[in-house]
Amino acid sequence: MKVTINGKRFEIPPGKTILQAAQANGIYIPTLCYHEKIGPLAKCRACAVEIKGNPNLVTACNTPVTDGMEIVTDSDRAVAAQRFVIDLALSSGNHDCIICEKSGACELQDAAYFLKFEDKDFKKGDYPPNIDDSSAFIRVDHNRCILCGRCVEACNHIVVNGVIQIIDRGFTSHIGFDNNIPMGESSCVQCGECTQVCPVGALTSKKSIGKGRAWEVEKVRTTCPYCGVGCQLELHVKNGMIVKVTGVEDGSPNKGRLCVKGRYGYDFIYSEDRLTVPLIKEKGTFREASWDEALDLVAKKFKDIIKKHGPDAIAGVSCARSTNEDSYQMQKLFRSVLKTNNIDHCART
Amino acid sequence: MTNWEPVLLANVNRPNSEKIETYLRYGGYEALRKALKMTPDQVTAEVKASEIRGRGGAGFPTGVKWGFLPKDAPVKYLAVNTDEGEPGTFKDRLIVERDPHSILEGVIIAAYAIGANRAFVYIRGEFFLGVKRWIKAISDAYQKGFLGKNILGSGFDLDVSVHRGAGAYICGEETAMIESLEGKRGVPRTKPPFPAQKGMWDEPTIVQNCETLANVPHIILRGAKWYASIGTERSRGMKIFCVSGHVNSPGNFELPFGIPLKEIIYEHAGGVRRGRNIKAVIPGGTSTPILSSEKINTPMAFETLQGAGSALGTGAIIVMDETTDMVEVVRRITRFYVHESCGYCFPCRIGGQRMLSSLERLAGGKGSNKDIEDLEYVAKGMYGRTFCPLGTGMAEPILSALRLFRPEFEMKAAESDAGYF
Repeated sequence: MKVTINGKRFEIPPGKTILQAAQANGIYIPTLCYHEKIGPLAKCRACAVEIKGNPNLVTACNTPVTDGMEIVTDSDRAVAAQRFVIDLALSSGNHDCIICEKSGACELQDAAYFLKFEDKDFKKGDYPPNIDDSSAFIRVDHNRCILCGRCVEACNHIVVNGVIQIIDRGFTSHIGFDNNIPMGESSCVQCGECTQVCPVGALTSKKSIGKGRAWEVEKVRTTCPYCGVGCQLELHVKNGMIVKVTGVEDGSPNKGRLCVKGRYGYDFIYSEDRLTVPLIKEKGTFREASWDEALDLVAKKFKDIIKKHGPDAIAGVSCARSTNEDSYQMQKLFRSVLKTNNIDHCART
Repeated sequence: MTNWEPVLLANVNRPNSEKIETYLRYGGYEALRKALKMTPDQVTAEVKASEIRGRGGAGFPTGVKWGFLPKDAPVKYLAVNTDEGEPGTFKDRLIVERDPHSILEGVIIAAYAIGANRAFVYIRGEFFLGVKRWIKAISDAYQKGFLGKNILGSGFDLDVSVHRGAGAYICGEETAMIESLEGKRGVPRTKPPFPAQKGMWDEPTIVQNCETLANVPHIILRGAKWYASIGTERSRGMKIFCVSGHVNSPGNFELPFGIPLKEIIYEHAGGVRRGRNIKAVIPGGTSTPILSSEKINTPMAFETLQGAGSALGTGAIIVMDETTDMVEVVRRITRFYVHESCGYCFPCRIGGQRMLSSLERLAGGKGSNKDIEDLEYVAKGMYGRTFCPLGTGMAEPILSALRLFRPEFEMKAAESDAGYF
C-alpha cells in the first residue's frame, strides 16, 4: 500500500497501523502505552496524528493504514496534542531523571526530548515518596508510574501470572499486586517481565541500580545457561561485568520473557568458589588436573567397573541445563557405548 | 401550554403500578402479542420507521442500530442499560421503580426483533428498590409466560437476568457496561468494533437505554406513523425530561420533543424559585455544555440543542437562577467527573485532577489568572482526545462556563490576588 507520511511516500505492507508504518520508516511518534508485544491499548493518547480528510486527530497506535492515506505526524495541531499528553504525564508524578535508573532508556524522557520540551512547557509533579521496596529483585516507585498499563497486560496476558492489576480508579488509581499488598508479599514470582515492558522507571531491577547507565553498557546476546529451553538473553555489560539481563524481544523461544533465574541469577559467574579446572581427589584432598588427565581417569574407572560388575552397575543422569541435543548424546553414550539402559534426566523425577 | 397525555408515564401514578396485574389491566403486554404475530424483520422495520433515537444520551437511531446486527450470527445478546448515573437524570429510576413491566415488554419485543434469546439488565447498584422491582417483574413475567421457553406459543425463547452495578458512572457507557457485565473492571473498549458487531463475550450485542425500550411497545401497538407524527423532524416521539435545580416544582415531565425549554421550566416545572431570573441552564445532564438564559427559547430536541451549542443528552434540565456561583457549579460538576473517571486514558485521569485543582483554588479564594489559563488549556486539550466520551463530557461544562461566564472566574482570581487572605 502506498502511504504518505509527512509528505514522503512509503510502501507499507497491509495490516499495519500508522504507528508501525511510521516506526518502520524511522519517523518518531511519541507513545507511552504501546508495546509491540502487547498491542494497542490507546490509553496514553500521545500518538495523535492528522489524516487528510479526517477532521479529528486519530491515535496512530490503533488506526490501520489504508491505501493512499496521507498522514501528518508533525503538524502544529498534532504536536500540540502530543505535547499535551506528555505535559500531563510529567505533571502526574515525580519524574526525577537525574536519579532515575531508567534515564537514557525512558520513553517519557524521550518523548519530552523529541518534542523539544522546555522547562516552562510542563508542570512538575511533587508528590510524597511512594516506593514499594518489599520485593527481592524489583523496585516499585509509584510516583514514576504513568499507569500505561503495559505491566498489567504483560503480567496477565503474556506471562499469565495474574499478579499486577490496577487498583482504585481515576486519579488515585495505581498498580497493585494481588489484593493490593506489597509486591514482596504477593504471589509475584519475580520473573521481571514487568520491568522489561515498563516504559519509565516505575518498575526497575534492584540489582542494576547504580551499576551503569543505559548508554554505557554493551549489549551481548547469548543463550541462558540455566535450562534446556534456551531462552535468548541480552547481557548489559559494563567494564566486563554484567549489570543487567533482559530477554531478547524478537528471539525465540522466549520472545523477551525470562524466569527469575535467567533474569536475576547471574552472580554465580563471579563467584570465587566456582570451579574453573577439573579437580582429582587423592588421599582425601583435591588437586587441580588437566582435562585429558581427568577424562582418562573417568574412562578407566568406568571400564574397571564394567569389567568387574557388568554395564548395569553404571547409571547416568543427564542435567536439565543441557540442551535436547546434549541429552540425546548422553543417552547414546550410555546405551550404545557403555551398553546400559540406566539413563535418566533430572527433570523427570 | 402543550397538552400532552402521558404515554410512557401513564401508569406511574396508579396504585400498585409496579405489579403485573396493574400493568395487564391497562393494556400491558398487548404490544408483545401483536409483535409476536409479526416477523422479527417487520418489528425492526416498524421501529426503524418510527425514527426513534436512543434515550441514553448519544441519540443514535434505534432501528438503524438493530439493523447493524449480523443476520447469520448464532448467538446475540440484548443488554439493557439502567445504569442511570448522569447528574440531574432520574427518569429511568422512575420507570424501573413504578412501571418495570413497560420496559420489560420493550425488552422482549426488542429481543424478538434482533433474535436474541438472552437479555441482561444492568442496573445501577444504588437503585435498591429498582433492583427488587426488576427481579419481581421478571419472575412475574416468567409465571405469566411472557418469558422463558416458547413465549405465548410463538416458539420464541428469552431469558432475562438482572446484574447490579458496583457504583461506577463509567459503566453507563455501553462498552464499559459490557466489560462490567462480563465480570471485569469497568473500563471502556475501543470502538470499532461496535457492540453490535462484537459485544458481550465477543458476540453481537445490542445495548439499549431502558427509556428507549419503554417506547418500543407503544410504537408496535400504535404504529410507527403515530409515533413519527410526534416531536420534531429529527427527534421523533416523546421524552421524559427531568427538571431539577432552582425551580418551584422539580420532577419528571413527559413531553413531546420540540417543546421550548422555557415552557418546561415556567409552565410544567412551576417557574424559578422566588420569581428570580434564570442565569444558566444545563439542558441534558452535567456532561452537556451550559446554556445561558438567552437560549431559553430553544426547542428541546437533538438537532435544535446542538444548534444552540449544547446537546440533549439524557434530557436532564438543571436550572440555575441569578444567584448561582458558576465557578462553584463547575467545581462541583468537575469533582463528580474526577471521582468517576475510570483512569484508563491519560487526559481524563490526569487532566481531570489538574482542572479540579485549579477550580478548587479559584473557588476557595486562592486562585489566580494562571489557574484560569491552565483550566482552559487542559479542557481544550482534553476535548475530543479522550478514550471515551466521559472525558470530553468533563471538558464540556468547563469550556462553556469559561465562554459564558469568564468574568466570574476572573473575579474570583482578582479577589484572591487583592490580598483578602
